[in-house]
Amino acid sequence: MVFPRQAPASWRIARRELRGGVRGFRVFLACLILGVGITAAVGSLGEALKAGLARDARMILGGDVELVQFSQPLADKAMAWLEANTAALSHVVTMRGMARDEDGAHRSLVELKAVDGAYPLVDRARLEDGTALADALADGGAAVDKGLLDRLGIGIGDRVRIGAALLTVRGVLLREPDRLTGGIALGPRLMMDHASLQETQLVRPGTLVRHRYRALVPDGTAVGGWVAGLETAFPDAVWRLRDTRDANPSLRRQLDRVGLFLTLAGLAALLVGGIGVASAVSSHLHGKLHTIAALKCVGATQATVQRAFLMQLGVLGLGAIAAGLILGAAAPPVLSALFGDTLPVPLAGVIHGAPLALAAAYGALTMLAFSLWPLGRAARTRPGVLFRGAAAPASGWPPLVAIVGTALAALALAGIAVGTAPRMSIALGFVLGAPVALAIFRAAAALVVVLARRTRPRRLPALRLGFANLARPGAPTVPVAMSLGTGLAVLVSIALVEGNLGAMLSEQRNDERPAFFFLDIQKQQIAPFERLIEETAGVDYGRRVPMLRGRVVRIDGVPVRDAKVAPGSEWVVQSDIGLSYAAEAPPNAEIVAGEWWPADYDGPPLVSLAEEEALDFGLELGDTLSINVLGREFTAEVASLRRVDWTAFDINFLVIFSPGVLEGAPQTQLATAHATPEAEPVLERAVAERFANITAIPIRAIIEALDELMGRVGAAIQAVAGLTVAAGLLVLAGATAAGHERRVHNAVVFKVLGARRGDLLRAFLAEHILLGCAIAGLAIGIGTLAAWAFVTQVLDLQWRFLPEYVAVTAAACITMTLVLGFASTWRALGRKAAPLLRVE
Amino acid sequence: MSDPAVVLDDVHLTLTSKAGPVNILRGVSLTAERSESIAVLGPSGAGKSTLLAIIAGLERADRGRVVVSGTDIGGLGESDLAAFRRSAVGIVFQAFHLIPTMTALENVALPLELGSHGDPFGAAREALESVGLGERVQHYPSQLSGGEQQRVALARAFVPQPDVLLADEPTGNLDGETGDAVMSELFRMRAVGGSTLILVTHDHDLAARCDRMVHIADGRIVAPAEG
Repeated sequence: MVFPRQAPASWRIARRELRGGVRGFRVFLACLILGVGITAAVGSLGEALKAGLARDARMILGGDVELVQFSQPLADKAMAWLEANTAALSHVVTMRGMARDEDGAHRSLVELKAVDGAYPLVDRARLEDGTALADALADGGAAVDKGLLDRLGIGIGDRVRIGAALLTVRGVLLREPDRLTGGIALGPRLMMDHASLQETQLVRPGTLVRHRYRALVPDGTAVGGWVAGLETAFPDAVWRLRDTRDANPSLRRQLDRVGLFLTLAGLAALLVGGIGVASAVSSHLHGKLHTIAALKCVGATQATVQRAFLMQLGVLGLGAIAAGLILGAAAPPVLSALFGDTLPVPLAGVIHGAPLALAAAYGALTMLAFSLWPLGRAARTRPGVLFRGAAAPASGWPPLVAIVGTALAALALAGIAVGTAPRMSIALGFVLGAPVALAIFRAAAALVVVLARRTRPRRLPALRLGFANLARPGAPTVPVAMSLGTGLAVLVSIALVEGNLGAMLSEQRNDERPAFFFLDIQKQQIAPFERLIEETAGVDYGRRVPMLRGRVVRIDGVPVRDAKVAPGSEWVVQSDIGLSYAAEAPPNAEIVAGEWWPADYDGPPLVSLAEEEALDFGLELGDTLSINVLGREFTAEVASLRRVDWTAFDINFLVIFSPGVLEGAPQTQLATAHATPEAEPVLERAVAERFANITAIPIRAIIEALDELMGRVGAAIQAVAGLTVAAGLLVLAGATAAGHERRVHNAVVFKVLGARRGDLLRAFLAEHILLGCAIAGLAIGIGTLAAWAFVTQVLDLQWRFLPEYVAVTAAACITMTLVLGFASTWRALGRKAAPLLRVE
Repeated sequence: MSDPAVVLDDVHLTLTSKAGPVNILRGVSLTAERSESIAVLGPSGAGKSTLLAIIAGLERADRGRVVVSGTDIGGLGESDLAAFRRSAVGIVFQAFHLIPTMTALENVALPLELGSHGDPFGAAREALESVGLGERVQHYPSQLSGGEQQRVALARAFVPQPDVLLADEPTGNLDGETGDAVMSELFRMRAVGGSTLILVTHDHDLAARCDRMVHIADGRIVAPAEG
């Protein structure tokens, strides 16, 4: 590469320009700091979570390997293999149940966990008063979350009824190292030993209970090899195996999803920031046109000038990127220090290089992509302007080098965004959509200018002046339209995504949803249970269906480990799933392909599948699905596909078999009941008293649990969304400020010519309302489209358009623009004319 | 006899604005011998400043030949034109056009720095001393008076020892006394360096100090006058 001969001269010019400090660059710097800070923080947090999960994988998993089997403990052969091949082994049983105080006055759904003496294999459990866990659990003792004591109104030493057992609360759990393994907790934890679990008599055939075997592999043995050995020894086992290489796939999936939203919000912030960078660079260079012309007059080439100002921007930009990186890198340790143990997942609070490098690259490329164009145009300033009065920026295209540079930077930016995003297709949608949206705003601004030029209401001078302001050469109509449009579109989409998440939860709180799900109803309990429901005032019976658990083992004949499953449905094959069978289509079944079997069907096994998962499995009508239920494999032909809304609190199954297949397998019944708010506690108590083994899941508890989870995730989302909003406001403020001097100048001249403040304010309103309405309409459309894509494609939720969210966001944004512009105009109106005219 | 410093031969320039094309120069021919000084007079909008811009290579003629210091600049590319300006032409403007972020010294050294001069700051310091600003080399334009700024601009224009000096109403922004001082300085420096001077002015007294005057009106030289 040839080193340009004037490069040192460019650098000297840049250095001298830097003496002006950051004045005129505040918006440029703030946009870059925010954009880089957000991406660095999001990336660092993601990396810290991943590193935390990896670091603590043994602790989270409870060992090197966890083997989970549904319903039944391991057979002797498998137990013998484990005992012979592990350094340590622990058996834990988890299930949900109802806890009552001794006299039955208070009840709570609890997450039960029965542990053996070896628990926990990794780290240790701690109780509030320091008692050893084994001592607390011995002889009918229990250790509980503090929340259970509050719910039942009891204290340490009091007794609590679980099924048929009466346990004594001996301690409050302070630390449970493997707590994350269980998934979403619908109630507080209650821990007991295996003897106590037996005493509860809750474990019956078909009960929703999981046997978890945690193992430490012998020293010097690799986990991968150990797992392979186990799989070779038991090729047909239906247990689910997890090891430290991916300790918690469902948590990882959730994090990936949140991570994707945050990444997109970060990209949106960069995009908005980029607009800010472009408009700040434009407005700064507009003030430098005389300098550029003077440099050219004394012999500087266009390339020298371009290089000099690029160097200046580079130095300032690097400073901003460094500041953004420091903020981003500080996020994990700061969050860790502030919230520590209350975080749902452990954070590894060191500096993570990869996300910081990525954020730096984003920052540098954003700076280049958005500043080379205005820089190139400014560098084309004809030096001859110095012989005339005012210098105007060169019109038309920038030099080729700036066009190519901009294109390369934008492509690199898009490439990195797509290449590093958790889901490539979503990021691709963003990088393709963003320039289209920008082009639409650009075109809309041009249209507004044309309209404003053509519309000259004669009788309304204020309106005429306002329209003329939009169409005047050098008017910031285009930058304002692009920053307002992008900012508003981002805001609308974030508001709609949040609104949809909120609506999903709140819409369930209507009368249609059942009050309770009842789990584990045994065959002989069906009749008395139904009688109890009918006899209780204010309660309506919902539905009752058989429920079994099983594992998908073959997809159209291909073993799942060899089958291709789309990422969205991996969870289905990673654990056991709920199954049911039915003669008639359930009332909520929406068949989208094939047909439901006749009620008296008596042929070979058929299944009806949820549409989305079937698609992810690559299954079509006529293909087969094989499911292992408690050691027996059932293969059935796909007869129909159903559209299932998993967010509705209704009974629904991924897989429903035709009659005559699963009737003989161990199973329980799942039922729902509707109840008036007054009847809810009555029903819950009556069921708990009559049927100790039946677990009543109050839907309210689920919603509260989800609310809490959403609250935590929501806080992170809101923080990032808030910063993106801040970036948007900054850009708007910057665009408004860019026009401030012109506004002051015009105001002074108009005042000299006898205009009153009212005239100028009316002109201002005409100008901004025309532009604001045109851009807001488009931005709402684009933002809504983006939110729709995210809600339906990423979150897999049903889309709801929420006009009130859009209206509030748009109104707030337009008001903000008007206030910012108005403040600028008002200050301009207050300026004394004389000093300005003297300077002129 | 050596080649003339400036030869304009039937130069035309039309600029297009949104309001339509404007014929700024319509066939201007002018020859300036080496070390000659020519005053260009004429009403506003006649094309005087454009004439200077054409000679400096800042505007490109649509038609006609422009030879400055022996170089036909019509065929030069952007980079070559910049190099040509660095070595052959010095320009002084009415509004000074110093670079506000650079000190007086840096402003003057700039054309030499761009031209890879061996000691740009030494030469710039000498030039500033010669215009009486030896004590103010580290001052920024905003810290200098109008007359001082124009003297810095003079030093900047003369420091590369150009063949041709172009001055566009150099006293237009100065009071009479300061203007006189600056002009004396300009003529003195020109005499020392032997540059050809083309001076655009409205001031007849000032024009009279030149070797000859040309009048320009409506894009044409209308009455070459003896100086």
